Amino acid sequence: MRIALFLTCLVDAVVPAAGKATVELLERLGHEVVFPPGQTCCGQMHVNTGYPGEALPLIRRYVETFEPYEAVVAPSGSCVGSVRHQHAAVASGDPALAARAAAVAARTYELSEFLVDVLGVTDVGASYPHRVTYHPTCHSLRLLRVGDKPLRLLREVRGLDLVELPGAEECCGFGGTFAVKNADTSTAMLADKMRAVLDTRAEVCAASDSSCLLHIGGGLSRLRTGVRTVHLAEILASREGS
Amino acid sequence: MTVFLGLPRADPESHLHGAPFPQAARAAIADTQLRRNLGNATATIRAKRARVVGEVPDWAALRAAGAAIKDDTLARLPELLVQLEEAVTARGGTVHWARDATEANRIVTALVQATGADEVVKVKSMATQEIGLNEALEAAGIAAWETDLAELIVQLGHDTPSHILVPAIHRNRAEIREIFLREMGRVGLPAPADLTDSPPALADAARRHLRQKFLDARVAISGANFAVASTGTLSVVESEGNGRMCITLPRTLITVMGIEKLVPTWQDLEVFLQLLPRSSTGERMNPYTSMWSGAVEGQEFHLVLLDNGRTAVLSDPEGRAALRCIRCSACLNVCPVYERTGGHAYGSIYPGPIGAVLSPQMTGPSQNSTLPYASSLCGACYDACPVAIDIPSMLVHLRSQVPHPAAERAVMRSVAYAMGSPRRWAVALAVSKAGRLLGRRRGRLSTLPPPLSGWTSSRDLPLPPAESFRDWWTRTHGDGS
Repeated sequence: MRIALFLTCLVDAVVPAAGKATVELLERLGHEVVFPPGQTCCGQMHVNTGYPGEALPLIRRYVETFEPYEAVVAPSGSCVGSVRHQHAAVASGDPALAARAAAVAARTYELSEFLVDVLGVTDVGASYPHRVTYHPTCHSLRLLRVGDKPLRLLREVRGLDLVELPGAEECCGFGGTFAVKNADTSTAMLADKMRAVLDTRAEVCAASDSSCLLHIGGGLSRLRTGVRTVHLAEILASREGS
Repeated sequence: MTVFLGLPRADPESHLHGAPFPQAARAAIADTQLRRNLGNATATIRAKRARVVGEVPDWAALRAAGAAIKDDTLARLPELLVQLEEAVTARGGTVHWARDATEANRIVTALVQATGADEVVKVKSMATQEIGLNEALEAAGIAAWETDLAELIVQLGHDTPSHILVPAIHRNRAEIREIFLREMGRVGLPAPADLTDSPPALADAARRHLRQKFLDARVAISGANFAVASTGTLSVVESEGNGRMCITLPRTLITVMGIEKLVPTWQDLEVFLQLLPRSSTGERMNPYTSMWSGAVEGQEFHLVLLDNGRTAVLSDPEGRAALRCIRCSACLNVCPVYERTGGHAYGSIYPGPIGAVLSPQMTGPSQNSTLPYASSLCGACYDACPVAIDIPSMLVHLRSQVPHPAAERAVMRSVAYAMGSPRRWAVALAVSKAGRLLGRRRGRLSTLPPPLSGWTSSRDLPLPPAESFRDWWTRTHGDGS
C-alpha cells in the first residue's frame, strides 16, 4: 500500500525519531511510504487555544496536501483526533472545504489503528527487551477510541515486559497550551502521572503521542529518574537484540 | 414602544465569577490537606458511579433519551414555561418571573417579609446560591438556614461550596467536628460537648440542630431538580430527608428555579430519575424524591422562575446544550483539573467542567475569560455526562469568544504564519536549532524565557534535533516524494 506520512509539527520540530521509526516500520511491513513535503501542522494548537481563524489556512493546507492519498498515517493520536473531530467543523463556513476535509479525515489514521484495523497486523516483528509501561493518552482513548490496540501490538514484541500503568486513563496534564497557561495545575497532574510511572518500576514509559511524551519525559528528566519516554513507533520499529 | 436591550446576562450580584483561574488554582494546589480530601472523595465517588452505571444495560440509550428530552425542552422553552405557569396557577400556586439575581432576590425578600418571618429554612438550591439569596435576605434582616448536611457544614464554616453535590467535599471529619463545636451554639441548638468525629455522631448532632430549625420555621425556600410542565409538578431529589421536612412543615414554600429545569411530561421524569442518582451519588436510586403540584391545603406556594443569563446561553447554538445539565456533578468527579484545584478555584458556584462552560456563557465570556482554559481537554467529562454534553468542544468554542492577550495573539499569529508554507516552516525549524546552543552542556533545555518558562518551571525540553526529519528523509529517500 502507498501510505502518506503526516509527520505532525511537533515530531518534525522536536522528536523526529518517532517519524523515522514510523517510516522504518511501515517499510519493513512491505509498504511504500511517501512524505508529502507541503505538510506543516494540523492546526490543533490554534483551534484549541481559541484561534480558529488562524487555523483555517492550516486546515486547507492539510486537505490539499493529503487529498491525493488513499491512506494517511500520523504517529499522534491527538493530531489525528483534531483532523477527524475539528477540521470539518472549523471549516464549516466553507462547505466545499468542509466536505473535502471530512473525506481526508476519514482516510487519516493513528498508527496503532492503521496497523491493527487497516493492515490487520499485531505482530510487526519487533524486538525490544525492556520493562515497558504504556500511557494510553486522552485523545487516543476518548476521541479516537483506539482501545487496547497499542497494547495488542506491544504484547507481540519479543522480549518486552509490559507492566500495567496505575490510573492509566487519567490525563498526564499536557493539554497543549494548558501546560503553559495553567502551569501549576498541569504540573500537579504530571506529578501524579510520574508517580504512577515510577511505581511500575518500568525502564520506559511509552505512548502514541509525542506531545504527552514530551510532557511526561520532561518531568521525568527534571527529576533525574532515569526513566525514558519512547514513542510506540520506536518500539515497534526496534529489532534490538534480535 | 419597548426597546430591546439584548438578552439578560447574570448580574454583578450573582456568584458566577471570581479571581482568574490560574491564580486561584495555585493557592488550592499548594493546600496539601485540600488535595488529599479531594483526591480521596472524587476517587471514591468515581468508582461507585462506574460500578452502578455499569449495571444498567441500556445506559447509552438512557443517556441519549436524557439528551433528547432536554433538547426538545430547550427548543420549546417559552411554550413549556407558559404551560408550567398555567398548571401551577391552576393548582393554587403563584408564579413569579425574575430576569436576574436582583429581581429574584427582591421577589423572594418581599414574599418572606409579607409573612412577617425573620428566619427561613432552605433545602439545597444552586439557583439561590447563584443569586446570593442568603446575603440578600441577611441584608433585609432575615436569617436563612441551610438544612442539607453538607450545606450546613459550609454555612457554619463561613465557607462557600466547593462541589455541586458534595459542597463540603473539601472538608474532612475532624474539620467538621471543629466547625460544629464552634458554631452550632451561636445560631441554635449547640453540638454536644463530647462530640467525636465519627460520622454517626456528626450526623446526630446535625439532626438535632436542624430538627429545631424545621419546627420553628414558618417559611421554607427550596430549589428544584425538575419541574413537569404539563402538571405543574415540582420535584426535589435528595439523600437525607431534610428537603422533605423543609417542603412540608413550613406554612409558606418558595421555590426558586432556573428556567431550564423543565421536563415536558411526567413520563419524562422516568429517564432522569435513573440518570441522576447513578451519575451523582453512585446510587441506584436516591433515598428521597419529593413532588408537589401547586399549593397544598394550609400552605402557600410561590414559584420564582429565574433567567439570570440562561436565555443568553440558549441563544448560542454551540453552547446551548450546557442547559441540558441536571447538576449531577459526574463531570467534576472525573475531571483531573477539578481533582487538583477543588471548586473554589473556579470562582463560580458552578465549578468543574460544567461550570467552566456554563459560567462564562451566563456572565458573558469576557467576565470569565480564564475558565474556558481551565481544562486539559482530556474529554473525561463528556464521557461521564449523563445527558451527553460535549463539554470539550464547548470549551474550545468559548476559547474563541474570550478576549485574548495581545502577546499571545502575536505569538499565535506568527506561528500560524510560519506554518503557512513549508518553506517558512523549514526556516523556523532551522532557527530553532539555535536552541541546541542553550542546553548543549546538559543535553536538555531547563530554562526558557516567558511564556515558555511556564513549561520549564517543572519540565525539561529535549534539544532540537541535530538533523530534522526532512533532512533525514532527503538523505535516505531522496528529494522526490
